[in-house]
Amino acid sequence: MATEFSTFEHDVLVIGAGGAGLRAAIEASAAGLKVGLVCKSLLGKAHTVMAEGGVAASLANVDDRDDWKVHFADTMRGGQYMNNCRMAQLHAQEAPARVRELEAWGALFDRTQDGKILQRNFGGHRYPRLAHVGDRTGLEMIRTLQDHGIHQGIDVHMEVTVIDLLKDGERVVGALAYDRERGRFKVYKTRAIVLATGGIGRAFKITSNSWEYTGDGHALAYEAGAELMDMEFVQFHPTGMVWPPSVRGILVTEGVRGEGGILKNKDGRRFMFDDIPANYKTQTADNEEEGWRYVTGDKNARRPPELLTRDHVARCINREVKAGRGSPHGGVFLDIAWIQAKVPNGAEHIKKKLPSMYHQFKQLAGLDITKEPMEVGPTTHYAMGGVRVDGDTQMSCVPGLFAAGECAAGLHGANRLGGNSLSDLIVFGKRAGEYAAKFAKENKSGSIDDNQVEALAKKALAPFERTGGENPYAIQHELQDSMQDLVGIVRTQSEMEKGLAKIQELQKRAQKTGIEGNREFNPAWHTALDLKNLLIVSEAVTRAALERRESRGAQFREDYPEKSAEYAKANHVLKRERDGSMKLIKTPVPTVPADLQAIIQENA
Amino acid sequence: MAKATFRIWRGTKENGAPKDYTTEVGEGMVVLDAVHQIQAESAGDMAVRWNCKAGKCGSCSAEINGNPRLMCMTRLSDLPLDEPVTVEPMRAFPLIKDLVTDVSWNFDVKKKIKKFKPRKPDAADGTWRIAQEDVERVQEFRKCIECFLCQDVCHVLREHHKHNEFIGPRFLTYVAALEMHPLDVEDRLEDLKSKDGIGYCNITKCCTKVCPEGITITDNAIIPLKERVVDRFYDPLKKLFSVFTKSS
Ligand SMILES: Cc1cc2nc3c(=O)[nH]c(=O)nc-3n(C[C@H](O)[C@H](O)[C@H](O)COP(=O)(O)OP(=O)(O)OC[C@H]3O[C@@H](n4cnc5c(N)ncnc54)[C@H](O)[C@@H]3O)c2cc1C
Ligand code: SF4
Ligand code: SF4
Ligand code: FES
Repeated sequence: MATEFSTFEHDVLVIGAGGAGLRAAIEASAAGLKVGLVCKSLLGKAHTVMAEGGVAASLANVDDRDDWKVHFADTMRGGQYMNNCRMAQLHAQEAPARVRELEAWGALFDRTQDGKILQRNFGGHRYPRLAHVGDRTGLEMIRTLQDHGIHQGIDVHMEVTVIDLLKDGERVVGALAYDRERGRFKVYKTRAIVLATGGIGRAFKITSNSWEYTGDGHALAYEAGAELMDMEFVQFHPTGMVWPPSVRGILVTEGVRGEGGILKNKDGRRFMFDDIPANYKTQTADNEEEGWRYVTGDKNARRPPELLTRDHVARCINREVKAGRGSPHGGVFLDIAWIQAKVPNGAEHIKKKLPSMYHQFKQLAGLDITKEPMEVGPTTHYAMGGVRVDGDTQMSCVPGLFAAGECAAGLHGANRLGGNSLSDLIVFGKRAGEYAAKFAKENKSGSIDDNQVEALAKKALAPFERTGGENPYAIQHELQDSMQDLVGIVRTQSEMEKGLAKIQELQKRAQKTGIEGNREFNPAWHTALDLKNLLIVSEAVTRAALERRESRGAQFREDYPEKSAEYAKANHVLKRERDGSMKLIKTPVPTVPADLQAIIQENA
Repeated sequence: MAKATFRIWRGTKENGAPKDYTTEVGEGMVVLDAVHQIQAESAGDMAVRWNCKAGKCGSCSAEINGNPRLMCMTRLSDLPLDEPVTVEPMRAFPLIKDLVTDVSWNFDVKKKIKKFKPRKPDAADGTWRIAQEDVERVQEFRKCIECFLCQDVCHVLREHHKHNEFIGPRFLTYVAALEMHPLDVEDRLEDLKSKDGIGYCNITKCCTKVCPEGITITDNAIIPLKERVVDRFYDPLKKLFSVFTKSS
């Protein structure tokens, strides 16, 4: 019996309604095209809503020495020069205009004394650069884009999950999806697709990411023939909550450190002063007093070591814990309460600058951050790796398939700076929308193979027919445990090989999941279908990490603790072979043109 | 470890009933953790919405022991566990399944509210100068995470089903955020009075009490809007004044 489908037709289909997807959809519809926007959750609930600290743009409102060149150089240094320099350049150049545009659409950022957009300090950024709204910047951003977007004639499909991309020859021409509420299939016919599906954090046990982050866009692109790049670079944010157990992994914004929060071990020592990497030595304070002057805006002071890049801070915390100098529940202490000794009305000041952190600890941990230090430890946070795209257009190697935001690779290299994601979303979301629209205008629609669609739908329904099959939740948990333990923040060859074997075992078991109930809003079914994606991205992370026999940025190898000049030369790209196996290709890191090279040197 | 029982609504409106599940509870757990644990152990197909687990996205709204709450921000240690904890879907919206309701009405309502319209940029670089205090006045409203718990509890919607005539506290707050936005020049007062149905609100303040973001919906958003509507449409002196200013 034939399966039932409802069919939709758009010029451009955007998959994902976070900052990147919304911005892409707005741009494509502004080009006069018919745009469809699909997302797994309700509108406004994507990850972008959770972003706290701010959006990076060299507006130079707080420190007039800032400009795109410094932002560019900071981004490249933070990424350990594995970045696509063209993307880093465009990002730094265009972020200010994109932030101002948000204001013109109704966003209300915190202000400076003279009424301009206020900017705050963040790790790895030389000057105060993050435009923000307290610690709920992501909410402001997604709501602004959402409220602007709903008046643009975009056709929004909420709670719809795309499970396959459909091709006509080399090109993508459509997508197969199901709606979560009723479990009915939908076929989207389109001339161009923008993937904006976010990250992969659910592959790990301790994560700041939600159920949505199963690497769908990565996997959809990979299966459609696109390349994944830099997958070994998974950002472990240094400060996640560690206690109580049920909140383990929930993010504690870097904004806490930007406002003067300090890290201490159980002996009360500010251990971050003990290990300052050579390439940041000249920019980092060497005493506590200077660090404090920096966070209070003294232009002559250098930043405190708590604001070093995330990869480094996370490893320092890890080291303290392993050495037995951690806090009672296996983290370290993050103290913002201490600034009360420095600022009048300190408790009110903290609540005003970090309202949602205050709220979060008060309600979830029963702890008052204006009085006591928080316990924090690393949490899986962000995927630098993603779909390999052209820096200008955001198109992958598959014609008509674009990617933007967290699911795309290139901008951040081996490590992302805080605040550079929100700016990434609006800069490259806009570009992806613009070029997808252009592609759609220049190309006729292709044709969709009904038999293929029928076969894919049948496969998706198979778990309902298996009685006594594998429990999808159990497989997901086993994968998360394994990735956390074996391919986590500290990696070695033997452990990763074990991890890879586990992935291969789970790949077989994932084909035998069985579920109960019917197709209506059935999370077990959703979980079963997501497994394929989680396993693809887990395999990609592990293979790329195994091959990189060095420590760089977010990747730390215990067996190769140093950087290696040889590995600095290539990005790791993963592609599907004809036989379905995953192949790793080393691709030269894009050469930095002389003018950009000079900028890097000037800002060293 | 201790055990607790959760009485969770299962099924659809026509074909549903509360069902008891007993599961282990540990330190610091919230209701959403218990629901997830039950889902993984014995009710794989139990429908529930969530995303952030930290009170930031407004997905996990439900009625816990009869009170509209976010499941991810309701700690078990704050509930009596010697009797079953009831977890039910929001009642002001049509039920889809288990804890998931059809909240699409809210998205339709928002679309009909006149969008943000800024005044001309006042700085030479095409931007605006805005004082922090002007920003703060509306930031309170812009904290809204669209959990729709205020909509759920408002009697105009919950009991009187005036969904076609009243936009509810969430969207009155939204209109307030636009009307008090330092840059906005649009006029929404006629709409407030007529199609938004602000007159239906009789200031019971139930919405304010349940708002997980602590937004003072009634006092700071609705009452000032009501005053503006009264000033415009019902104040005879103002009316006279507006006649004069128009003719002058
Ligand atoms: C707690 C937290 C705090 C953060 N703070 C900051 C910060 O201060 N500054 C900063 O720059 N960055 C921050 N980040 C990172 C940043 O928020 C994210 O990287 C960014 O929001 C990702 O945006 P996106 O548009 O790429 O994807 P998302 O906002 O995650 O959106 C992904 C969209 O894709 C949809 N989707 C996924 N798969 C499918 C599918 N199969 N079918 C249909 N739809 C699908 C989802 O439903 C969703 O709508 C933070 C992240 C977290 C988790
Ligand atoms: S104050 Fe008004 S809007 Fe709020 S619950 Fe009462 S009647 Fe509804
Ligand atoms: S106003 Fe408060 S209760 Fe209402 S939707 Fe917004 S956050 Fe929820
Ligand atoms: S899961 Fe986001 S508010 Fe509860």
